[in-house]
Amino acid sequence: MPTLTSAPTLQLSNDEILRYSRHLIMPEVAMDGQLKLKQAKVLCIGAGGLGTPLALYLAAAGVGKLGMVDFDVVDYTNLQRQIIHDTDDVGRPKLESARDTIRDINPNVEVVPYETHLNSENAIDIFKDYDIVADGTDNFPTRYLVNDACVLLGKPNVYGSIFRFEGQASVFYAKEGPCYRCLYPEPPPPGLVPSCAEGAVLGVLPGIVGSIQALETIKLILGKGKPLIGRLLLFDALDLKFRELKLRKNPDCPVCGTHPTVTKLIDYEQFCGIRGEEHVPETNVPEITVKELKQMMDAKKPFVLVDVREAHEYQICRIDGSKLIPLGDVPKRMHELNSADDIVVHCRSGVRSAKAVEFLMKSGFKKIHNLQGGVLAWARDIDPSMPTY
Amino acid sequence: MAVKVVIPTPLRQFAGKKDSVEIDASTVGEALAGLTSQFGDLRKHLFNEEGKLRSFVNVYVNDEDIRFLQKDQTPVHESDVISIVPSIAGGSLICCICS
Ligand SMILES: [Zn+2]
Repeated sequence: MPTLTSAPTLQLSNDEILRYSRHLIMPEVAMDGQLKLKQAKVLCIGAGGLGTPLALYLAAAGVGKLGMVDFDVVDYTNLQRQIIHDTDDVGRPKLESARDTIRDINPNVEVVPYETHLNSENAIDIFKDYDIVADGTDNFPTRYLVNDACVLLGKPNVYGSIFRFEGQASVFYAKEGPCYRCLYPEPPPPGLVPSCAEGAVLGVLPGIVGSIQALETIKLILGKGKPLIGRLLLFDALDLKFRELKLRKNPDCPVCGTHPTVTKLIDYEQFCGIRGEEHVPETNVPEITVKELKQMMDAKKPFVLVDVREAHEYQICRIDGSKLIPLGDVPKRMHELNSADDIVVHCRSGVRSAKAVEFLMKSGFKKIHNLQGGVLAWARDIDPSMPTY
Repeated sequence: MAVKVVIPTPLRQFAGKKDSVEIDASTVGEALAGLTSQFGDLRKHLFNEEGKLRSFVNVYVNDEDIRFLQKDQTPVHESDVISIVPSIAGGSLICCICS
């Protein structure tokens, strides 16, 4: 069990005793545990979906110092799950909004905002003042960065991740068990990350997984119970099933193994293949702009407009007269298209449709164009009444 | 002998939208070969060009990682459950190649 704080010397005020009374009357926490919480310094990476329950519950529980790293601004699509932010907070920096909410919940907590992009230059400096790091960002570069920095500094890393209806949680603590790289030495290359669902997630799911992260953090501080070290918790929200897998320390682990090859922080965006050209989608297919499309429509030029989004996206909004053929169905339904027609293909932002155009050109279609910027550009430049997502 | 292979959410779209598949197999290798011959699209998500499991995909027999058993030679028995567990990232920018 990690011993994170020395013998408590500080005391609780009468107001705090009342506030934490439901902790103080349980033997697993009691005064000792509450003072450990008050002395604890936890760094929360991200003030989003997972960061919300993490920060809210850690603050309410009385964690003394809560560092938060985020450089984002609250937008409307966050509100479905990031309940630390209010509708009125849209447009504000997430850290300002989170700090206000935390202050309302528990003014005894010292919130330390780091409004910055966490990277290999600043991570060690930020992490070194904290006992525990909880990663709520849920993206690959930050995850490997947080893992490696925690291994190098010998700090526990409370991990959570979500995908639509599925969640994972664990505690990576190289001193006592495996790290994230023992589990996955390398990230998936971007092209192979299997989804076009643009971060689709059921709003409650990060609430559950982030709460598990908060719980594990509190258990580590208290030194009570059996932490998720060496165990990977899998949660399936659709079936409402929890499963658990054993994680073992990998002696060949590049960062915590017997002969580590990673001995200082590296460039994690490059490591995850999202730097520079690699991330720029294929744009060497013929394109037209939404303004040109509008001119073609106004001039009543004959052409076929194909929408390669999914049916549930088509329900949200569509360009009048478009024919829906989801990207995955294009190969088996391309016989519905005539290569003699002028064809314009579009999706939400233009990436999936570029793939469709590339495929159709290989299949012999020549009079075919991709719509630059997709329905998002259409809504922005042509029809502002169209909802976006 | 049929074993159950649990398909994770991100890969279900390549496995006929199924959450699990029963496969006749006596080793993990056979089970994965059976699975990818049934669902060809799964292959490139599970294996690299040399036919080895990708480093961001782990396979478990019940709750044990096959890397610490006998890898693809790990024997499986009736009622064993094989789980494919890829690394996931929810709000990830690289998860969102279309955003
Ligand atoms: Zn490791």
